[in-house]
Amino acid sequence: MNPLGQTDTPAGPTHSQDEPLGTSPADSAVGADHYRSGQDGDAVVSLNEAAATLAGRTIWSQVSLTVRGGEFVAVLGPNGVGKSTLLKAILGLIPITHGQASVLGARPGAHNAAIGYLPQRRAFDPSVRVRGIDIVRLGLDGDRWGVPLPGLGRAKARAARERVTGVIALVGAEGYAHRPIGQCSGGEQQRLLIAQALVRRPELLVLDEPLDSLDVTSQGSISALIQSVCRTLGVAVLMVAHDVNPILPYLDQVIYLAHGGAVMGPPEKVITADTLTMLYGTPIDVLRDRAGRLVVIGQPDVPPEHTSNQKSSAR
Amino acid sequence: MNPSLSWNLLEDVQVMLSYHFMLNALRASTIVAIVAGAIGYLMVLRRESFAGHTLAVIGFPGAAGASWLGLSAALGYFGFCLAGALVIAALPGGGRANSGLGGHGEESAGIGTVQALALACGFLFVSLYHGFLSGLNNLLFGTITGVTDTQVLVLLAAGLLCVLVLAALGRPLLFATIDPDVAAARGVPVRALAIGFLVLLGVAAAGTSQVTGSLLVFALLVAPAAAATRITARPAAGLALSVGLGLGITWLGETIAFFSPFPIGFWVTTFGFAAFLLASAYRTAADRFGANPASGRRHVSGSPA
Repeated sequence: MNPLGQTDTPAGPTHSQDEPLGTSPADSAVGADHYRSGQDGDAVVSLNEAAATLAGRTIWSQVSLTVRGGEFVAVLGPNGVGKSTLLKAILGLIPITHGQASVLGARPGAHNAAIGYLPQRRAFDPSVRVRGIDIVRLGLDGDRWGVPLPGLGRAKARAARERVTGVIALVGAEGYAHRPIGQCSGGEQQRLLIAQALVRRPELLVLDEPLDSLDVTSQGSISALIQSVCRTLGVAVLMVAHDVNPILPYLDQVIYLAHGGAVMGPPEKVITADTLTMLYGTPIDVLRDRAGRLVVIGQPDVPPEHTSNQKSSAR
Repeated sequence: MNPSLSWNLLEDVQVMLSYHFMLNALRASTIVAIVAGAIGYLMVLRRESFAGHTLAVIGFPGAAGASWLGLSAALGYFGFCLAGALVIAALPGGGRANSGLGGHGEESAGIGTVQALALACGFLFVSLYHGFLSGLNNLLFGTITGVTDTQVLVLLAAGLLCVLVLAALGRPLLFATIDPDVAAARGVPVRALAIGFLVLLGVAAAGTSQVTGSLLVFALLVAPAAAATRITARPAAGLALSVGLGLGITWLGETIAFFSPFPIGFWVTTFGFAAFLLASAYRTAADRFGANPASGRRHVSGSPA
């Protein structure tokens, strides 16, 4: 299942930090930074012959992959093959039924406070009257019970506000963060949601088709933003993409899911006629146009009822 | 109970407050306005207005049945509204917020069916009771007379509980409302919060029914909240504004109802509608003339760049 034979690194003792990440989200969110950008070479996500089952049906199996710190990794494959399921399994929202899985050095779901997640979605409805900055703030402490008493913990409140304005500046959303999010364009909403995912300074960003339903210009600028976040903050990025071309120049690795299995490697080795032919078991061609864009030809579609089943049960 | 209005407002208010039933009515409606304003704001954000309306209607057979059996109407309202909240939560798709991130949301056909049955049962209980027509009117459209001291205490206890629970759930509930998928990934119990919120909504609807009647609950549950969301996009300010508008609407409505021959439900609803109309006009004007005065830009200190 893995013709490249280079990604079967088993989950090792990757995270040896002393403070546990998930125990005090507020302190780690507002207090000291916990970036460990210099951890290149350590596996942030590691699956070994893993399988996922939804409603009694195996979505994929024998999937082995490793995402290291600071890497930009795309998850590719035809519709309905289980790309979103892979992300949800890494977040611990869907159980891994076989094999081993390790995310940030623990079982999936244990350290979700250190993962920024952008689910697959349509845009906010125009009538949603909540400001973008409030949505970013929810990413920081939206999971905390109770209401902060006014007057208490003023320094903490200021630190939280600065964190929110800082991350909004980082994604370049200052101009519209105070508008109701329903009135922002698709690209603006996506920037604010990336800010929400980044506000806790995660070590891993998990993005489900963030370029979907954006115009070509926004696709380009959001791709560049994700790459810059990945490089400058050292955050590992695992991103499901329908079309690899906008992010192709930035990618370190791709995971190609098809036929219930997966291949992982550098894009120039995975998105080739030979590898994909081997993966699918039918002849596949990969063409490259003059602008360097890749087109995969002959990729068999997943049967339609399979697709709709998967969508509805994954919801 | 229609003392004439003099031009001395202070004296008029003193006259009004000298009646014990009026004092109790004001106490009850103040509690109700605060709870309905706060919970209504989240209901509007979650787009569960139809569920809220249905819960209020479900209170009607409860109150009618309680009168028939000789029990207190408040018992019927609370019992039926709480049970109704659990029924709606158990409906497929019930209890997921529909805040614009995808096609979830209340299952309106199922909820509508429950609502029709509730109205029919209420009417059955009223005919079994052979009650006076005015009793039916009060259950449906509200009354300011006959709020007993005990009722005020029950409302106060229920209201305090609601506000405390809402404060405790606050941020995760807002998170699960606006962004359920990310909230779930963060470990927020989205489904449990949805059920919890429907129960809160049931308590709020039951309490509000006792002032405005089952059919006019929306005057306090939706109108202030809808007006507030049009005026500000900041959640905390919106919640406070919703409560404030609710208080203003009920106090004004009760006072005028006291001095006029027309029922309280009409006045409260009319002022609620007026507030909503003014807020919508303000929003349209603010959006058209560019500057976004509600955006609260001044609020951010030390904004970058």
